Amino acid sequence: MTINEIQDEIIEEFEVFDDWMDKYQLLIDIGNSLEPLDEQYKTPQLQIEGCQSRVWVHAALVDGKVVLQAESDTVIVKGIVMLLLRVLSGRTPQQILDTDLYFIERIGLKDHLSPTRSNGLVSMVKQIRNYALAFKLTAP
Amino acid sequence: MDSFFKDLRSEFPILSRKIYGKDLVYLDNGATTQKPRRVVEKIENGYYYSNANIHRGVHYLSQRATEAHEAARERVGRFINADSASEIIFTRGTTESINLVAFSFGEAFCKEGDEIVVSVMEHHSNIVPWQMLCERKKMSLKVIPMNDRGEILLDEYKALLNPKVRLVAITHVSNVIGTINPVKEMIALAHAAGIKVLVDGAQSVPHIRLDVKAIDADFLAFSGHKIYGPTGIGVLYGKAELLNQIPPYQGGGEMIDQVHFEKTTYNVLPYKFEAGTPDFIGSIALSEALDFVDEIGIERIEAYEKSLLEYATMELMKIDGMRIIGTAADKSAVLSFLLGNIHPFDVGTLLDHLGIAVRIGHHCAQPLIERLGIDGTVRASFALYNTFEEVDVLVKALKRIQTMF
Repeated sequence: MTINEIQDEIIEEFEVFDDWMDKYQLLIDIGNSLEPLDEQYKTPQLQIEGCQSRVWVHAALVDGKVVLQAESDTVIVKGIVMLLLRVLSGRTPQQILDTDLYFIERIGLKDHLSPTRSNGLVSMVKQIRNYALAFKLTAP
Repeated sequence: MDSFFKDLRSEFPILSRKIYGKDLVYLDNGATTQKPRRVVEKIENGYYYSNANIHRGVHYLSQRATEAHEAARERVGRFINADSASEIIFTRGTTESINLVAFSFGEAFCKEGDEIVVSVMEHHSNIVPWQMLCERKKMSLKVIPMNDRGEILLDEYKALLNPKVRLVAITHVSNVIGTINPVKEMIALAHAAGIKVLVDGAQSVPHIRLDVKAIDADFLAFSGHKIYGPTGIGVLYGKAELLNQIPPYQGGGEMIDQVHFEKTTYNVLPYKFEAGTPDFIGSIALSEALDFVDEIGIERIEAYEKSLLEYATMELMKIDGMRIIGTAADKSAVLSFLLGNIHPFDVGTLLDHLGIAVRIGHHCAQPLIERLGIDGTVRASFALYNTFEEVDVLVKALKRIQTMF
């Protein structure tokens, strides 16, 4: 599936709920399904600034694709991270840099997380883009 | 008694707001309290009809504004039972009050090798200014430990009181775990050793009686916005003899007597510490807030909030996996907890969507959170307009949240 097909799929999954608590339930369920990050990656270097909770994002370039792994100590943030990974992990650096992440706004995550928390989300996206940019610039 | 306090809710327009379609349950009073209409009206009328700079105009409006500002100072003095209004300095809040003392007291009385004593349960604003002083003067900061319930260890405190200690800075009530510290006893012990004491009253002045003469505090700091008053104004009380011995904090207008390039002399108390135009609208609004509290009676508020705390503690304890953080024998209406292993961020986010405002995290008291061996807490902090029904809403919400994980 293309990046946008996955984004549309996520939007559909969230659209069926009109109650916010149901949307959060889905986010929690998604968060609980996130594979734990290898302890060696839970370092201050991989920790995202600007979050109320702790979030770590690790990126590796495998066969020209950016493979992302991440974890948070809160389940809701794990859910958000998992969605980002679903959309962006396994894409080329250029694809990640070109992506307009419209699903975040469409499922209401941006509106419904307070400014500081939303900044955390913004920081996560920025960090992933930085990884992609670094891979692009250093790629042979 | 419940209905008396419930009736007061109509004075607070914000309390009838809906949040995500749910009735607002505001339990973040430790961060700031809501304002009754009469306080906001004071601000509005102040700007609409009485605005004029104080202490300098010959004109009618300036004189009335000056009188109102000085009457507010007297009002604050009466509220905490100060000897004289000249011992009341208006600041921007507790933080600025503490910074003022850390700077000016530090300049007058502290030197290399001296010590400042704080407790492990201080808010960052009663830690960092002292660290800055210690760095500036090459002094050291000593910390009073507590037990697992969150009570100060008095024997350890006594052992810290040596001749090198210049000042003890202690919070009256912990903003995280609600412990009411035995400040009167702690001050007596410090005074017996010739040591001055600053009391951080940010979390106590709005909730329990604080009489500076009864406890013999040398300095007391508190904020207007936590006692139903406006933001941006706070109070530093200091004993006149001490305030007279310490230098000004900031220079500027108002705080001077004579200014010449050769030599400037400073104004008398309290103006020596109030450089620049003070918040003369904020002061009269704060005075109105104190009237509001006094008309109800702080003892009555204390008793009601205590009953809310007891009820909330009892009801929360019935939830499986509930951990109350801070179980001191003497507590003010601040309730920190952890819901099983669910991260405070998740609990706070979901409570928010159920209309319930709480605070989560380290509550600007990282050393305390570290001492407790946790990452943070969920904190419900009460005020006089909270109700038993709101506690029920909180409990119900927590039970629902628990099923989601």
